[in-house]
Amino acid sequence: MADMVFTDFVFYVLATILLVSALNVVTTRNPVHAALFLVLSFFTAAGIWLLLQAEFLAIVLVLVYVGAVMVLFLFVVMMLDINIDKIREGFWRYLPLAGTIGTLMAVEMVMILSNQYFVAAKSVSKPAGFSDAAALGSVLYTDYLLPFELAAVVLLVAIIAAIALTLRGKRESKSMNPAEQVVVRKEDRLRMVNMPSEHEPKPVDTAENGEAS
Amino acid sequence: MEYLATLFGSYWPNIELTAWTLMKIVAIVAPLMIGVAYLTYAERKIIGYMQVRMGPNRVGYFGLLQPMADGIKLLMKEIVLPTASNKGLFLLGPVLAIAPAFAAWAVIPFDATLVLADIDAGLLYVLAMTSIAVYGVIIAGWASNSKYAFLGSLRSAAQIVSYEIAMGFCLVGVLMCANSLNLGKIVLGQEGGLLHWYFLPLFPLFIVYFISAVAETNRAPFDVAEGESEIVAGFHVEYSGMAFAIFFLAEYANIWLVCTLGALMFLGGWLSPVSFLPDGIWWLLIKMAFLVFFFLWFRATFPRYRYDQIMRLGWKVFIPITIVWIVVVGGMMQTDYAHWFH
Repeated sequence: MADMVFTDFVFYVLATILLVSALNVVTTRNPVHAALFLVLSFFTAAGIWLLLQAEFLAIVLVLVYVGAVMVLFLFVVMMLDINIDKIREGFWRYLPLAGTIGTLMAVEMVMILSNQYFVAAKSVSKPAGFSDAAALGSVLYTDYLLPFELAAVVLLVAIIAAIALTLRGKRESKSMNPAEQVVVRKEDRLRMVNMPSEHEPKPVDTAENGEAS
Repeated sequence: MEYLATLFGSYWPNIELTAWTLMKIVAIVAPLMIGVAYLTYAERKIIGYMQVRMGPNRVGYFGLLQPMADGIKLLMKEIVLPTASNKGLFLLGPVLAIAPAFAAWAVIPFDATLVLADIDAGLLYVLAMTSIAVYGVIIAGWASNSKYAFLGSLRSAAQIVSYEIAMGFCLVGVLMCANSLNLGKIVLGQEGGLLHWYFLPLFPLFIVYFISAVAETNRAPFDVAEGESEIVAGFHVEYSGMAFAIFFLAEYANIWLVCTLGALMFLGGWLSPVSFLPDGIWWLLIKMAFLVFFFLWFRATFPRYRYDQIMRLGWKVFIPITIVWIVVVGGMMQTDYAHWFH
């Protein structure tokens, strides 16, 4: 019984942090703070997944979203020139549209959650040697192979599209070609010149020297 | 003990477990801190000898008390908070740098039974922890509100994200060989002496892993995030005293971590290289020290890479090599040579 109480306690602590940080993501004025709060909410969500014994998903959430996606996000947000007045501008103008979309999403959520088919699944306690990753992998690469491959192709197209978008226009950067740099030979760069050795210049008389300096 | 058990009643098992775990954590972290302190000494001494100097030799015999003296000096110094900095995040930066560097040690097996948390996805956990370490650098650079610090943190973030991919692919090769994400099982998959260690069938991945590890820890020749000659000291230019020292503790703790991982995944961990000598934790320590020595050797040998060369090496050389070798490993697993791995 004590065990149950303890996991419940951990869940409520994590859930509180998650809700507060998620609220802060949308209310805080500084975009860098907002991105960092999003990181915190991902991290606590991973903690809640750990409580549900989904350790593979929890670690992958940290690895992919916290460790990679949000780093790139922060990378861009950090470089912005933060002007809070500009950010607040147009709040009332966008309010009707944003309010409509927000209400629509809230209604959809209520419809889904109150559906009779949507019941909270009981957490299944697994045997000690159960491997989350292996189970997920075998399902993903057998039963769901086709959707998986499809998702991979979509991602590939997105990568190529992103590169194509940045490559528009004439290329003006003076980039180097390392392959050419490596094969360069001494003869291409260096010219040996044969010339007679220099002689000591004749001493000039001191008066002239003094004038010159 | 009996008295405490009656005092806390049904909560006693939980409390006992927590206390026992805390003691284990101290037993891992305390030697690690000593290892970190003496790695700074070893670095100065070894690079000194490589450059025909003496290195530190004033405090204690052979300068052996130098790390202590440095630590006390840094503790006594004032931590200056820049006026224009973002105070909260400025102080959070060092914490976020060092916390993952220690947290990752939770799943490292030192012996067949000597491990704090023997979790199933240990390798992924270590990768996740090392991938959060970049936040310390980013936050420190941004919160300092200084151009040099900011440039350093941008360079560092780009570099760590790039080399993490190559490193991750190396680990994919290892887990294909071992058929497991558990670090203990990965080591046990290399049983049978020197010729069964994974560095032989995965030799290209081992090299890529090790060079990526140097880049991940921001060490020379990949230390553009510090780049003294261009951006003063990079992301920690505004830090002083212990806050500055924390970044260095994190860097050296990360060096030990990546070397330990390399020893576990490619060099057989605690297993003995020959059958007539017993296995044990000392083999792991010897292999760790062997790999750490290379970090110091690199620093004394190579000039710093240019930034575009770093990016080219990571994206255009290492990632293709790892992808090709993963395909090769996948092919080898279908042939008669599969016994190399198991």
